[in-house]
Amino acid sequence: MIEPAVDIQLAKEHGLTEEEFELICQKLGRVPNFTELGIFSVMWSEHCSYKNSIALLKTLPREGGRLLVGAGEENAGLVDIGDGLAVAFKIESHNHPSAVEPYQGAATGVGGILRDIFTMGARPIAVLNSLRFGSLKDPRTRFLFEHVVEGIADYGNCFGVPTVGGEVFFDDSYTDNPLVNAMAIGIVQKDRTASATAKGKGNPVMIVGSSTGRDGIHGATFASEEISEESESKRPSVQVGDPFTEKLLLEATLEIIKNDWIIGIQDMGAAGISCSTSEMSAKGDSGMFINLDKVPLREEGMSAYEIMLSESQERMLVVTKKEFEQNVKDTFLKWDLNCEYIGHVTDDKLITIFQNGEKQVEIAPYDLVLGGGAPVYHRETKEPEYLKELREFNALDLPEPECISEAFAQVFSSPNIVSKRWVYEQYDSMVRTNTIVGPGCDASVIYIKGTNKAISATTDCNGRYVYLNPYEGTKIAVAEAARNIVCSGAVPLAITNCLNFGNPYKPEMYWNFQKAVEGMGDACRFFDTPVTGGNVSFYNESPINAVYPTPVIGMIGLIEDIENITTSYFKNEGDYIFILGEDRDEIGGSEYLKIVHGLVKGDSPKMDMQIEKDLHTLVLELIGSKVINSAHDISEGGLACALAECCILNLDHPIGAELKIPIKQRADFTFFSESQSRIIVSVSPEDRNSFEEIAARSKVAFFAAGRTGGNSLKINDQFDFSTKRLIEIYYNTISKRMNVTI
Amino acid sequence: MKLKFGVVVFPGSNCDHDAYYVTKKLLDQESEFLWHKEKDLKNSDVIILPGGFSYGDYLRTGAIARFSPIMESVIKFANSGGIVLGICNGFQILLEAGLLPGVLLKNESTKFICKDVFLKIQSKNTSFTAFVEKDVLQISIAHGDGNYFADEKTLAELKNNDQIVFQYCNRKGDVDSESNPNGSLMNIAGITNKERNILGMMPHPERCSDKILGNTDGIELFNSLIKYLTN
Repeated sequence: MIEPAVDIQLAKEHGLTEEEFELICQKLGRVPNFTELGIFSVMWSEHCSYKNSIALLKTLPREGGRLLVGAGEENAGLVDIGDGLAVAFKIESHNHPSAVEPYQGAATGVGGILRDIFTMGARPIAVLNSLRFGSLKDPRTRFLFEHVVEGIADYGNCFGVPTVGGEVFFDDSYTDNPLVNAMAIGIVQKDRTASATAKGKGNPVMIVGSSTGRDGIHGATFASEEISEESESKRPSVQVGDPFTEKLLLEATLEIIKNDWIIGIQDMGAAGISCSTSEMSAKGDSGMFINLDKVPLREEGMSAYEIMLSESQERMLVVTKKEFEQNVKDTFLKWDLNCEYIGHVTDDKLITIFQNGEKQVEIAPYDLVLGGGAPVYHRETKEPEYLKELREFNALDLPEPECISEAFAQVFSSPNIVSKRWVYEQYDSMVRTNTIVGPGCDASVIYIKGTNKAISATTDCNGRYVYLNPYEGTKIAVAEAARNIVCSGAVPLAITNCLNFGNPYKPEMYWNFQKAVEGMGDACRFFDTPVTGGNVSFYNESPINAVYPTPVIGMIGLIEDIENITTSYFKNEGDYIFILGEDRDEIGGSEYLKIVHGLVKGDSPKMDMQIEKDLHTLVLELIGSKVINSAHDISEGGLACALAECCILNLDHPIGAELKIPIKQRADFTFFSESQSRIIVSVSPEDRNSFEEIAARSKVAFFAAGRTGGNSLKINDQFDFSTKRLIEIYYNTISKRMNVTI
Repeated sequence: MKLKFGVVVFPGSNCDHDAYYVTKKLLDQESEFLWHKEKDLKNSDVIILPGGFSYGDYLRTGAIARFSPIMESVIKFANSGGIVLGICNGFQILLEAGLLPGVLLKNESTKFICKDVFLKIQSKNTSFTAFVEKDVLQISIAHGDGNYFADEKTLAELKNNDQIVFQYCNRKGDVDSESNPNGSLMNIAGITNKERNILGMMPHPERCSDKILGNTDGIELFNSLIKYLTN
């Protein structure tokens, strides 16, 4: 193959700007050759370099609490949970691949995030997913939804990690750009972690796992553009997943790390060998000599360019301690995996790549990487014009529904509210026998065997709130995640984030991004949940629209004593129902406003972080004192939907309730307001006094709203729904919609 | 006296640790992993073929696993009366190996299903069920290919020989079509061989054994086995 001559035109075709091309020439002191251009283009792509986000991300709180490894230092963040154990966790997007090839896009998203966890030496113990799609009325959305779920299921199920929770949200803004964010959690002995580094001149560099093929070339660049009609033609940029090989890779990798045979290890995700060689070298302040002739290939005749840019999945780059090279090889052989010596570590601080006896590449790794020579941009911002118009909204102008029961039936059957059982029953949520609370509750709870502890995990973000108010909306995402964690009986520990936004070169979009990062930073500082890392996904837009700005928060919490695990649903007949927190009749951005009135308007609910924190402290004290039987947070769909969920979340034992709720302005506001910082709890009659004593000491407002019991949910004589009907709506709506023939 | 369990590890087994944990930690018996490339069953009293996706299940579930070296020994062990339990993928492997009759097809819904189901113990004439007091157990399933199929003659034989051990049912124990999660003929969830020393079942008793996880119906089967073998 004759390689094309490198000029500015070719650089632009690789997604580089004129200035970036000049900078490359300057750094190299010459014009790059074709392969080098390819390497720079992927390493400096938005996806790998974070060039348009890193300046803002650095303002986030990235240390403190129980953090052992902070954001950006390793493949995933690491948090100390005591007993000599640490938890590694991270969330990542696979939006663009999933938009054009939903099954493989979603599957490889799961595969990628799992590798990030086990390259740290941690065994994955749980996966969660945060998904966004258009309306289920749209046949293509149903197609994407069905195959994204199938892709996640097939990968995680075969790999053998339980998929324990997450969220699915439907809104038209995601029609062309579904969001597929996967979060993985792993556990590791604190002193047995691995690092993504290359050190020690002469130490062997090995490529392990799958062979390298032509799949996924330029995946990172593809993920750094807007979705368009041409995106379909980029389907070859989507990688193909092999969960079976990944399972073998997991076992072999954990063995070599546990035995302390290696210096460093990094998985090959975006930008393949280019990224792993340069990042590991840069981190170890070293260089590498690599002979591409040794790389196991799927097909003959692959050029250096193709090998360096391939994103074939289930591969790792390992730098072994010289004396253990054979042990490492034997381990991979035992698991029937490739393990090839492809070069060694050097001290010249250069990546030197040979193929066919000729030098193909010579680049200083520092010049390629984030935090090194990769460009950093501060983009222009401008408050979006549309916000003024959206905010011009007075909820009192809305016609009041004639029948509140009818309005409830509409809101409660929204796909955003109902159970995602159709989704999570396709996921193996129990393998490894640690799942104490699986999908369907506020947060999922995973037991840590050999201890008395459990980890609680959740993902949260209401993109509609963030669209209406990026700063407040993102604070809510953090606060709601923490509230969910608290409802399960856990203390919030730390977050990972997946920032799904539009084109960063559009100032209005970038203003949203900036405000969201500010909101997240403020909330994470307030709740003492540092940011352990995550992922930015820009360009989630099509010629028609951008997605709602969607900064997904993945949070974990720690339950020190498994006795304190709490679930959302009512436990006994005759318990008292208390509502903690205050309603402020906030209808802006609510599910009710969208479903019943067809509007996405107003301001997001307000987030008073002190009130929120007081609520968390109170609920944890109530749980610790064993005076509440359930705790469920009030979120989308408001009080009425949350109460209905309390009645029927335990399908084996539904319990009705009868309540009197004071109406301040209008019944529809009281029933469906999405005011934050509210939790429904249930209390046994014998614990009522203790409950009131503890609650009265706190600053949190609370009132007795009614009692559990019977076969229906009754509110204020206005409203009477049998649990049977609630169950029918809640558990069958999505499956009914999905069985529509396309 | 402690029993010794051997848990076979195929490439792609992913419930091997769960079976090991139940037998070793919860039941306080001896337990050891058996590597698929070896032939030594290490004097195990009971062999467990665990769930998972052996060899990726890429050709057909269980189809490749049955050719692995360890299976030669497992087949000999089973044919000489040794007790073998195949759970989920393990059940699929037992069928492929010809140790049990019939096949497991893709679920009727074509989708993977993970949830709790109820099982009617149809036969208490096996070591795993002889000492179980309950008639209905709540156990989890997690499979994409659990739809039991066999020709009419085989079904009749299974029935006549009391080889159907578990059937999907409702909470009350009624075996009806609504309780059938995957389309299995006669709601079959688990069967034994004529000699009654091999049990294959799609549901996962090892997942319902730890009281921390809230359900211990599954451990009843292991307790029954231990009682049966140690008495």
